[in-house]
Amino acid sequence: MDLLLDNLWLIIALPLAGAIALHFAGRFLPEPLPGIAAAGAIGLAFVIAAIAFVPLATGDAEPRTLMLWEWMPGLGAAFEIRWDQLSALMTLIITGVGMLIHIYSVGYMHGDPRFSRFFTYLNLFAASMLTLVLASNFAMMFVGWELVGLCSYLLISFWFTRPSAAAAGKKAFVVNRIGDFAFIVGLMLIFSQFGSLSMSETVLNHPGEVISPSMATAIAILFLIGAAGKSAQIPLYVWLPDAMEGPTPVSALIHAATMVTAGVYLIARNAAIFELSPVALPIVATVGAATALVAALIAIGQNDIKKVLAYSTVSQLGYMFLAVGSAGYVAGVFHLMTHAFFKALLFLGAGSVIHGMHEEQDMRKMGGLRKAMPITHATMLVATLAIAGIFPFAGFFSKDEILAAVFANGGYYFVLWGVGLFTAFLTAFYMTRQYIMVFWGTPRWVEGLKPHESSLWMTVPLMVLAVLSAGAGFINAPQLLTLEHYLDPVFEALHPAHLESELPRLLGMDGLALGLALVSLAVALTGIGTALYVYARSSERFREWFANATRRPMAASENAFWVDKFYGKTIVLPGKKLAQGMATFDSSFVDGTVNSVAGAVKRIGMALKPLQTGYVRSYGAGFVAGVIGLVIFFLTRGGV
Amino acid sequence: MAGPTPYMALAFILFVIGATGLLTRRDALIMFMSVELMLNAVNLTFVAAGRAIGNFTGQISVFFVLVVAAAEVVVGLAIIVAVFQKRNSASVDELSEMKG
Repeated sequence: MDLLLDNLWLIIALPLAGAIALHFAGRFLPEPLPGIAAAGAIGLAFVIAAIAFVPLATGDAEPRTLMLWEWMPGLGAAFEIRWDQLSALMTLIITGVGMLIHIYSVGYMHGDPRFSRFFTYLNLFAASMLTLVLASNFAMMFVGWELVGLCSYLLISFWFTRPSAAAAGKKAFVVNRIGDFAFIVGLMLIFSQFGSLSMSETVLNHPGEVISPSMATAIAILFLIGAAGKSAQIPLYVWLPDAMEGPTPVSALIHAATMVTAGVYLIARNAAIFELSPVALPIVATVGAATALVAALIAIGQNDIKKVLAYSTVSQLGYMFLAVGSAGYVAGVFHLMTHAFFKALLFLGAGSVIHGMHEEQDMRKMGGLRKAMPITHATMLVATLAIAGIFPFAGFFSKDEILAAVFANGGYYFVLWGVGLFTAFLTAFYMTRQYIMVFWGTPRWVEGLKPHESSLWMTVPLMVLAVLSAGAGFINAPQLLTLEHYLDPVFEALHPAHLESELPRLLGMDGLALGLALVSLAVALTGIGTALYVYARSSERFREWFANATRRPMAASENAFWVDKFYGKTIVLPGKKLAQGMATFDSSFVDGTVNSVAGAVKRIGMALKPLQTGYVRSYGAGFVAGVIGLVIFFLTRGGV
Repeated sequence: MAGPTPYMALAFILFVIGATGLLTRRDALIMFMSVELMLNAVNLTFVAAGRAIGNFTGQISVFFVLVVAAAEVVVGLAIIVAVFQKRNSASVDELSEMKG
């Protein structure tokens, strides 16, 4: 056991080794082998993480920090692994869900000419994300933070011959850089205040001994911007829907298990700093609530099966921010976990549908797929119910806990609670709409298309994820609160000074908790019922009337409120103009100056060229003339 | 015993003859001879000046000059012979291919 705990670096090293091996040897392997190797590498990491997790979960082992090597001792930056309750849980989610996505990809990427390259990137992505969550050090965390950005770029633009895919990869990278910039500045503040980049006890649990609340606010806001970039929150969410250009398993990996959870993790990890600031947490919660609402509103009008899920991810991440911003860290992490299960399932299911429909992504050309794809249908139904928040599926417990945590803070948070509740209604509505459009009704697909169920490579991960999506909620069911107790050591040192959370009392007793749960369940059911009535049960006349009545808001939703256009006009276009101006300045002024200097030197050289005659006598004459000149000089100056 | 002046005058005349030869002739061998003439002119000034001030350092310097001149002639003649074998001429004006 100790031997294993001392070698936890294997969790990062295995997928990394897989990526390196596939990079060099992958192209020589026949098709399923690179996929199996990659899945094996991350699967082994999962096994190690699971074994090392057991003593931590049972309380037999203390969290530990594992020093691998000194990197920049002057900065307190080292490669050290932190194995505590939070990072262990994240590791299990990343490797577990990641492994399922790897297996699924073997089926999904079948026949792609760059099959092994895809798995190289997937493994590298997993290794990067594991570096991020296992880091016990802001410098190492930043390494992982940047690497997931790089991997997302590589994977989103995996089909780079399509201009849209290449542009989407670029967009993800650039938007992330904006957040990263704020994150770097935050790290500099951390270093200047704490004198080290290490996630020491002081930083994580008692930052108040070193920094003032205003400094904590500055760091927290900078971290929030960084987190908003990675986790696609307002105003930096625009890259995530475009990221749908990548292969579908990539969407599942980015959206469910890895990259986008980094922001939530960052805030949960540094919760103590956020707690210290009087305004940081409400801002986080507000950003989260606004993102959840706006993204859900956009999701309603989308017709691309993956775009619905993309905006749904943005919205659900908003929920997680709302949770951590309400000091409901466990609720946030809990939702992160359940969301990883059902969102991965949704994406992989959507991929299965797209696969079965021969690359058709428009839901208006689907319908009636229930019979053709029974496994995909059943698992997608589970995921839809889970994300909609229906008892007893996983999403119900985590979403309910978030809403309870928000409610418990009182005051301004009542507003956010209302927003969260309305978003829950919207979530249930658009997910049911998608489910109906894809699986129910009469087929609307193109003549001659024969949808088929996907291979076992793809359906087995779907079934495993369906079981998790259905049952994972009980991990933190009220009365049991396993996750709460498990994560306690991470968050116990935090005493929300500004938020008088009464969550434990609320959840422990009175009817209030039950009442809140019933309210959110009722809201979710209403959402599902509304969608059912509008899209499945109503008469043709009502549907026409509804489409007419909601034409304008639906158009706004379909176009994502024209935010991209707005950014394009206000930021991208001026940026392009500035860059063009700079380019002109560079090519005319800078290049002109340099070239004219070079030209002048050249002309002088040309003028002096005739002096080189090659005749020894003329050189000699010059020599003698020089001597005579020197002699005359010294004689007239009166001696040497 | 006369002062150094006549020697110096003779050395000057020899040097001018050597320099003129070096600048006007094209044959590498003749140019070499001119160089020797100039060196010997300098040697003469060394000897004359050394004797005039009663110090033998100048005369010793002559030996150095002779040794260096001999070494120079060895290398120079070898080059001239090689050039002659290649081109059947020792005219330096024909060797102007390295001009700018």
